[in-house]
Amino acid sequence: MNKDYSYEAVMARRSEIMKKAVGIDYAVFESGRISFDYERMMRETGYTLQEMQQIQGETGVGNTPLLELKNLTALARKLAPEGKGARIFIKDEASNPSGSFKARRAANAVYHAKRLGYKGVIAATSGNYGAAVASQAAMRGLKCIIIQECYDSTGKGQPEIIEKARKCEAFGAEVIQLTVGPELFYSFLKLLEETGYFNASLYTPFGIAGVETLGYELSMQFREREGKDPDVVVCTNAGGGNLTGTARGLKKAGAEDVQIVGASVNLKGLHMASDTHFNKKSFTTGHTGFGIPFSTWPDRSDVPRSAARPLRYMDRYVLVNQGEVFYITEALAQLEGLERGPAGNTSLAAAFAMAQEMDQDQIIVVQETEYTGAGKHIQPQLTFARDNGIKILFGNPDEEIQGENIILPSHPSMIKARAVDMDKLKTSYIKNCIEFNKIESITKEDIKFLAIDCKATTDFVERILKQLGIVIQ
Amino acid sequence: MRVEKGTWVKIHDILLKPEKRAPQIPEDTKKVPLEMWTKGFLLEDANIGDTVEVKTITNRTAVGTLVEANPYYEHDFGKFIPELLQIGIQLKEILWGGGDHE
Repeated sequence: MNKDYSYEAVMARRSEIMKKAVGIDYAVFESGRISFDYERMMRETGYTLQEMQQIQGETGVGNTPLLELKNLTALARKLAPEGKGARIFIKDEASNPSGSFKARRAANAVYHAKRLGYKGVIAATSGNYGAAVASQAAMRGLKCIIIQECYDSTGKGQPEIIEKARKCEAFGAEVIQLTVGPELFYSFLKLLEETGYFNASLYTPFGIAGVETLGYELSMQFREREGKDPDVVVCTNAGGGNLTGTARGLKKAGAEDVQIVGASVNLKGLHMASDTHFNKKSFTTGHTGFGIPFSTWPDRSDVPRSAARPLRYMDRYVLVNQGEVFYITEALAQLEGLERGPAGNTSLAAAFAMAQEMDQDQIIVVQETEYTGAGKHIQPQLTFARDNGIKILFGNPDEEIQGENIILPSHPSMIKARAVDMDKLKTSYIKNCIEFNKIESITKEDIKFLAIDCKATTDFVERILKQLGIVIQ
Repeated sequence: MRVEKGTWVKIHDILLKPEKRAPQIPEDTKKVPLEMWTKGFLLEDANIGDTVEVKTITNRTAVGTLVEANPYYEHDFGKFIPELLQIGIQLKEILWGGGDHE
């Protein structure tokens, strides 16, 4: 029986392929309308915190150092009004095997695959998650295939993605590199079907739960060291798993009143699936190209119900520009003697600006860093930009035009954390739920779910529903 | 250029021709095919440009055009970016008042 491998046919088999490749029957959590039982899904298919600490611990993942950035804090205080300038800390997740916090998610996913008897794991990712899955697969003795979106149609590839391919191969993974396009998911499905491997998706409950250990560690480390929880935790926001897991871990530690801030690099104006735009950007993750769509419709992910639901936990969402993140990456090396990959410093750029509005006895923490190396480093990435006709200059970062120039702040005081209108995000999330579920009238239960899922009041939800002309049953 | 059986090679394939691509993609992406590269051990002697079969590192058989023998990585730390040098100088000036504290 020769299967039809056309784009439409494979996509039509999506839920059947996915169910076999993830081993979760998502239907049991559904209510038949908008709402589903998220906490039950996390409980029944995830792992407890203790189990994850055990799973991660046995592969050397987690318990990463918490570092106080004294010189960057001193610099922030020089620029801040009198009495302002919170203490800036950073959680050095680069010290995980494979060099990023993604090791926490991969440890869970690969452990789960092995436990269920899969021969291998597959992940569709151009980010650090690839090396994390490849590294964990090597430790657990499973085969591994990583599929990346890497090249434009002229064969030019982003240096940091090429470095990640190298790292995945170093751990024994097969790396399949594609050109630009959303059909990465199509070739991913075909391979899942062909190999019967496990889909180590970023968005399964155990993938997301893997980051809870990070949030939990943060609270424990600060209580031990400072006798209190941090005031603000800044998480780079792309698919939303980083923020979701960290927030859930903090809650499990009882750190209820920590402010959770998402930060993304502003890439507005660049279309993520455009062949010609692909190499006009200098950041391939942690940017608005993922951050906005995934927060306003989490279930666009590769599994029926994403466990990453950033709006459920996000108190604030701020944007920084590419030049600011490159600048703060250089500052980290020059003032703190820490050389880390630029993509991991998105939150640091935001935290540096936000610290200047906070009191000196308060604490703001950047909850990750990522490894650096050839290709995945400020200099080759700026070289790549310049070679692609992007102008690099000092000036006012607000004047940066994504795809045309990279503006390094001419003074550190110009670094800003620009607020995203949270109500607008929540409104478009509610609108998406209505449209994708083709809803005309809505139940009280669904209203309650929407309020929780985007951290809004039921009044707010009802007001938006009225504007959309939805009848409340 | 003849490549011997068993050599570690890179192959290329067209996964979707332009007209077969997903409907919702931007115009510029619609004009080009979806392409794929992977690596494996060459199963028969062949020339660059031939359609070949390889055994990938996960023991999967993959088919494509032979594009490179013994592929290796060339990404590096990039060229000199003069602007970068100024950042450290500026920051130390602001923080510690520059040269006079030697």
